[in-house]
Amino acid sequence: MTYEIVSNFAGTWGLIYLFVVFVGVIAFVMRPGASTAAKEAANIPFKDES
Amino acid sequence: MKNYSGTIVLALGTLLAVFAAAFAHDDLFRIHAIILAVHLGPATIYVARKVATGGFKEEDKSGYMDGPIRIGVILTVFWGVIGFTQGVLIATALAWPEFNLEPWFNFGRMRPLHTSAVIFAFGGTALMTTSFYVVQRTCQARLWGGNGLAWFVFWGYQIFILMAATGYLLGITQSREYAEPEWYVDIWLTIVWVAYLVLFLGTLFKRKEPHIYVANWFYLAFIVTIAMLHVVNNLAVPVSFLGVKSYSLFSGVQDAMTQWWYGHNAVGFFLTAGFLGMMYYFMPKQAERPVFSYRLSIVHFWSLIFLYIWAGPHHLHYTALPDWTQTLGMAFSIMLWMPSWGGMINGLMTLSGAWDKIRTDPIIRMMVMAIAFYGMSTFEGPVMSIKAVNALSHYTDWTIGHVHSGALGWVGMITFGAIYYLTPKLWGRKQLYSMRMVNWHFWFATLGIVTYAAVLWVAGITQGLMWKEYDPQGFLVYSFAESVAALKPYYILRFIGGSLYLTGGLVMAWNVYKTIKGDVRDEKPMVAVTSNAQPAE
Amino acid sequence: MSLFNKHKIIEKSPTLLLVGSLLVVSVGGLVEIAPLFYFQNTIEKVEGMRPYTPLELAGRNIYIREGCYLCHSQMIRPFRDEVERYGQYSLAAESMYDHPFQWGSKRTGPDLARVGGRYSNDWHVQHLTDPRSLVPESIMPKYGFLTKTPLKFEDMDKHLRANQLVGVPYTSEQLINAKADVIAQATTDADIDGLEARYTYDDRFSVPIGDFDGNPDKITEMDALVAYLQMLGTLVDFSTYVPEANYR
Repeated sequence: MTYEIVSNFAGTWGLIYLFVVFVGVIAFVMRPGASTAAKEAANIPFKDES
Repeated sequence: MKNYSGTIVLALGTLLAVFAAAFAHDDLFRIHAIILAVHLGPATIYVARKVATGGFKEEDKSGYMDGPIRIGVILTVFWGVIGFTQGVLIATALAWPEFNLEPWFNFGRMRPLHTSAVIFAFGGTALMTTSFYVVQRTCQARLWGGNGLAWFVFWGYQIFILMAATGYLLGITQSREYAEPEWYVDIWLTIVWVAYLVLFLGTLFKRKEPHIYVANWFYLAFIVTIAMLHVVNNLAVPVSFLGVKSYSLFSGVQDAMTQWWYGHNAVGFFLTAGFLGMMYYFMPKQAERPVFSYRLSIVHFWSLIFLYIWAGPHHLHYTALPDWTQTLGMAFSIMLWMPSWGGMINGLMTLSGAWDKIRTDPIIRMMVMAIAFYGMSTFEGPVMSIKAVNALSHYTDWTIGHVHSGALGWVGMITFGAIYYLTPKLWGRKQLYSMRMVNWHFWFATLGIVTYAAVLWVAGITQGLMWKEYDPQGFLVYSFAESVAALKPYYILRFIGGSLYLTGGLVMAWNVYKTIKGDVRDEKPMVAVTSNAQPAE
Repeated sequence: MSLFNKHKIIEKSPTLLLVGSLLVVSVGGLVEIAPLFYFQNTIEKVEGMRPYTPLELAGRNIYIREGCYLCHSQMIRPFRDEVERYGQYSLAAESMYDHPFQWGSKRTGPDLARVGGRYSNDWHVQHLTDPRSLVPESIMPKYGFLTKTPLKFEDMDKHLRANQLVGVPYTSEQLINAKADVIAQATTDADIDGLEARYTYDDRFSVPIGDFDGNPDKITEMDALVAYLQMLGTLVDFSTYVPEANYR
């Protein structure tokens, strides 16, 4: 394993991989079906008043 | 049947400490073991007597385990005051070197005491305390593992603080910044920390609420990442199993990289992720409205924990660390700006539609100031990680100023907000002793931080420029000693800034004490009561 | 059923959340730390690097104990002003036997990476005892107690052994003679043939010798600390070092 090999990998496949994961996470979180679940979860702190 | 398990654990601990003292390889280890025994021995007797007389029977009406949380609130305030006092003391020693008292109270031994008192004693106790509170309330479940596990984790961590702090003054240190305690204290912390993780996970498992609230995500990431960082960074071979000294497993470049991978993520996961957990619970609670965007908080979480861990090499710019590692650290530090500000916006916008609370509620004001400082220091950080900037800022007081805008501004203020929220709730009081004193605390603290950060920013740049100044003939203009002399006024101003912050801490301590006592201060309300006014919605 | 329903599993399972977080936070460290152990060019090829003598190691431990690293760096950056002020910029190879490293992070005082040989032993003793008697602007604490504290070196072989375990190439002969080498290095007119034979590397014997603290009667912590300071940055033979061969 040399610096050049690792560096080339990081600049190509590594970059593509991280970008795809990033887009995936955003799409996943912002998908239309998630808003009710998110609203529900956001109100958890108010369910307990003791 | 009375439960003597706690007594037995304490008695065994005392016995071990006595044996360690008797067979110690060196004097420092012996003194350290005696210190431990002196604390564990009386604790054993106290607990045994209390159990025998049935003194531990109190059950919480809430159904939650709040015992450690109450003591945790008190200790957080206590350690806060101690940590700030330590800070003022070493600021004094820098401004007036006569205040160094050799050998035990020299700057070199006092500084780790200050940093650890603030980060691990004040910050750590605050995180442990609030995490116990938040995980129970958001899971609607009592802490897992019965009373024993929670008390073990809580007091086990305080023993770690005791051993770390006394060790520094004795000169027991690994010289790894923010990871100074020696190998045997590290092993103890590992045991306590794993128990903490098990306790936290166990509580998540038995929750009644289908979702795991996002604050718990941050707390969990904080606990598990600190475990990983702590274990890897403290790998070492001791000289003797009954001696203080150890030699780190790695050397030179690799050791430096490992240490700053740890060091920066002590900031990222201890001082950021953990306290974000605090923000995501107490900010909505105090503002009485849910977090601005729950979905943004999810993106905030994953992007923050992924990016933070890469940022360590920016502490080693232009050193003998290979260039590629430095560049990588810089790139990720700059990217880190985005999730940080995403989180800041999420916290601030929680107030949208209720901005008047900043005016009417000093606790909210404190939290908002905390988030504002979070935003400021997470902007300053990426700027300082740029190599060209770092060439000037590194090794100077600018870094110290930056750290304090994060630690005093963000960590301190959000903790004060949580303390003011928790104290009346935990002791069943209708309100705090005094809201006006919260307001006083707010102004002392804010003025203190602004003074501190501004002064050290100027000091750092002055220092950096003096070191690099050439005359027309191509000679360096200033000797190093001249740059030291030039900083004296700034060091005195820094002492003043720190003292203001400490004063705020003392005001808080009094307020919390009186609230617990059940007193209410006779004072004019903060705002003229026009409570019948309609909310502007 | 669909992919969208699976997210709920993550949000609702503590185990997945734990494993997921752990995986996500592992990446950065793995990519940045692991290659430093494998890339051949991380540490330059130099001549003259040697492990610390037992006295220097004891002095280094005092340096660590007193928290000197909190105000003094040992890492000269490759800038014109730093090189002119402190000397040749530091190489990774120069801290290859440092367990732990002492690069530091703050210069409340000057860099010490190449302080070795710059001042006399007497200067160091006087400066450590009362810094402001020599540098009026100094804000350094006083360390006079080191002159009064006898150095504990009976177990230096154990210290060398621990270093050996973490990769420092101490020989068994160096281990056996650890105690004798402390005495030889810290005493004036001592027989240093053995010490010289054991600590000569690449034909260089760069070990400072003598009574460092000005008190020949006993070996003190001051002796050890000054011995350590006097060797800092003096090991590598820069006449044989080719920077171009070590670009990385």
